Amino acid sequence: MSMPFYVSPEQLMKDRADFARKGIARGRSLVAVQYADGVLFVTENPSRALHKVSEIYDRIAFAAVGRYNEFENLRIAGVRLADMRGYSYDRRDVTGRGLANAYAQTLGTIFSSGGEKPYEVEILVAEVGSNSDEDQIYRLTYEGRVADEHGYAAMGGDAETVATYLGEHYTDGSSLDAALAVAVAALGHATEGGETTDRVIPVGDLEVAVLDRTRSQPRKFARIMPARLDALLGDRGPTEHAPAEHDRIEADTPSLDAPSPDAPQDSGEPPVAPPP
Amino acid sequence: MTDARIPAAYMQPGISSFSDFLSEQAPDLLPARRSLPAGSAADLAPHGTTIVAATFPGGLVMAGDRRATMGNVIAQRDIEKVFPADEYSVVGIAGTAGLAVEMVRLFQVELEHYEKIEGSILSLDGKANRLSALIRANLGMAMQGLAVVPMFAGFDLDLGIGRIFGYDVTGGRHEERHFFTVGSGSLFARGAMKKLYREDLSETECVTLAVQALYDAADDDSATGGPDLTRRIFPVVWVVTVDGGRKLSDEDVAEIADLVVAGRMQRPDGPNAPLLSRGEESR
Repeated sequence: MSMPFYVSPEQLMKDRADFARKGIARGRSLVAVQYADGVLFVTENPSRALHKVSEIYDRIAFAAVGRYNEFENLRIAGVRLADMRGYSYDRRDVTGRGLANAYAQTLGTIFSSGGEKPYEVEILVAEVGSNSDEDQIYRLTYEGRVADEHGYAAMGGDAETVATYLGEHYTDGSSLDAALAVAVAALGHATEGGETTDRVIPVGDLEVAVLDRTRSQPRKFARIMPARLDALLGDRGPTEHAPAEHDRIEADTPSLDAPSPDAPQDSGEPPVAPPP
Repeated sequence: MTDARIPAAYMQPGISSFSDFLSEQAPDLLPARRSLPAGSAADLAPHGTTIVAATFPGGLVMAGDRRATMGNVIAQRDIEKVFPADEYSVVGIAGTAGLAVEMVRLFQVELEHYEKIEGSILSLDGKANRLSALIRANLGMAMQGLAVVPMFAGFDLDLGIGRIFGYDVTGGRHEERHFFTVGSGSLFARGAMKKLYREDLSETECVTLAVQALYDAADDDSATGGPDLTRRIFPVVWVVTVDGGRKLSDEDVAEIADLVVAGRMQRPDGPNAPLLSRGEESR
């Protein structure tokens, strides 16, 4: 008869946390930044089809890093929860806080249940209010911890470096192009062995979306397509793709349909929510 | 011990239809899943009446009168019966108002839900077919007098034209090329549209056509409300073009309605159509 080895609960949780953290750290970073008219999301994602930032409801958006199939399931669950609630009560009764709670419970239960692999994801749930004081950004970790973020939030691969950069350069109530410039610069900022490098990320490798409270429709979510992105970012000098060792998760893989840097920018994707 | 996590069914990929999801998770929320005792319920609830729609080059117009009736009583003077289904389509309702409004709400969520889950907009035919399914599910209630007969219209982004779809209570759908009317005053409105419609109408002319047709419907059908000059209540008019749908402001509709009423002061039966078509067919 074989005797199982004794593993202390502390060790068990630590192993699970290490496992999840490692998975998340292999993907690229994602940032959310508050600006004058709402919340801006920016991540490096060459795929035009597999999104890391998406719409959940009128004023609520979802952003995630980590394993694509896992956060996609969470996204779909969020859309269903929100639509179900909005349909049975009223559209105003769907809140980011409620959604963040549901995600926290789910991630927490999965993390501490012995039979399941912990999710290798980190997610952001953001909601825009009628002014920037009412904007909310919740950051959820793989073990179901919720943090209420103000101003900016970063997660994924080099989250700490990116967050430090944002902390030094972020200003409250900036315009969309200023916020975008800071966010993109933060993603291109890297520290290796005490040396910092700044990379200019090509427009085609960026996935950018906003929750814009000035949008006339009730649905405030809009993707910013490469053509508009180019105009917003202006001239930034020579660009550089991300180093290849970062590519692991599906959404990060430089897919076949990703435009090459010198190909004409593609903005022909059917607008899920057309830019205003 | 209860599990606080999101139920497994919510995480299941594969279903992109909200009503299919509801039918598995919360069937009591579906308007068509309620059983009624035998007998007719037709006189119990307010009915909405006439909706008209017409296409013009580059888009379409849908308009509805503002009256809801319950037997011989006017239940509401300012009901709205034309709603946006999504950014590129509108739906107008005739029949039992309460059920119809609920069906429209479900239809709106259905379209938005698909768009969010799939990341792309349904084709216009796809949207029209989804509405068919919702109407078909309501057949049981329709047979007890609670019929809902909507009309759906939208701008087809692939073809670049406005298209109109009519329905019957069994969910059968048919496409109309130029104009269509539903509701109790629809026969009179259709007659007016037949005589006034041309293929080369501008947007404003098309709105005027819709207001004229509703005036004729109200003229001969007691359940259709005409322009209410004392209370300044005028038809609800939606215009859908390649830029999406928009509701005309009360002032814009009032301006057109005032012109129509002024014309009727001179000639109560409305504009004259020529006895013989000149040259080629005008429509």
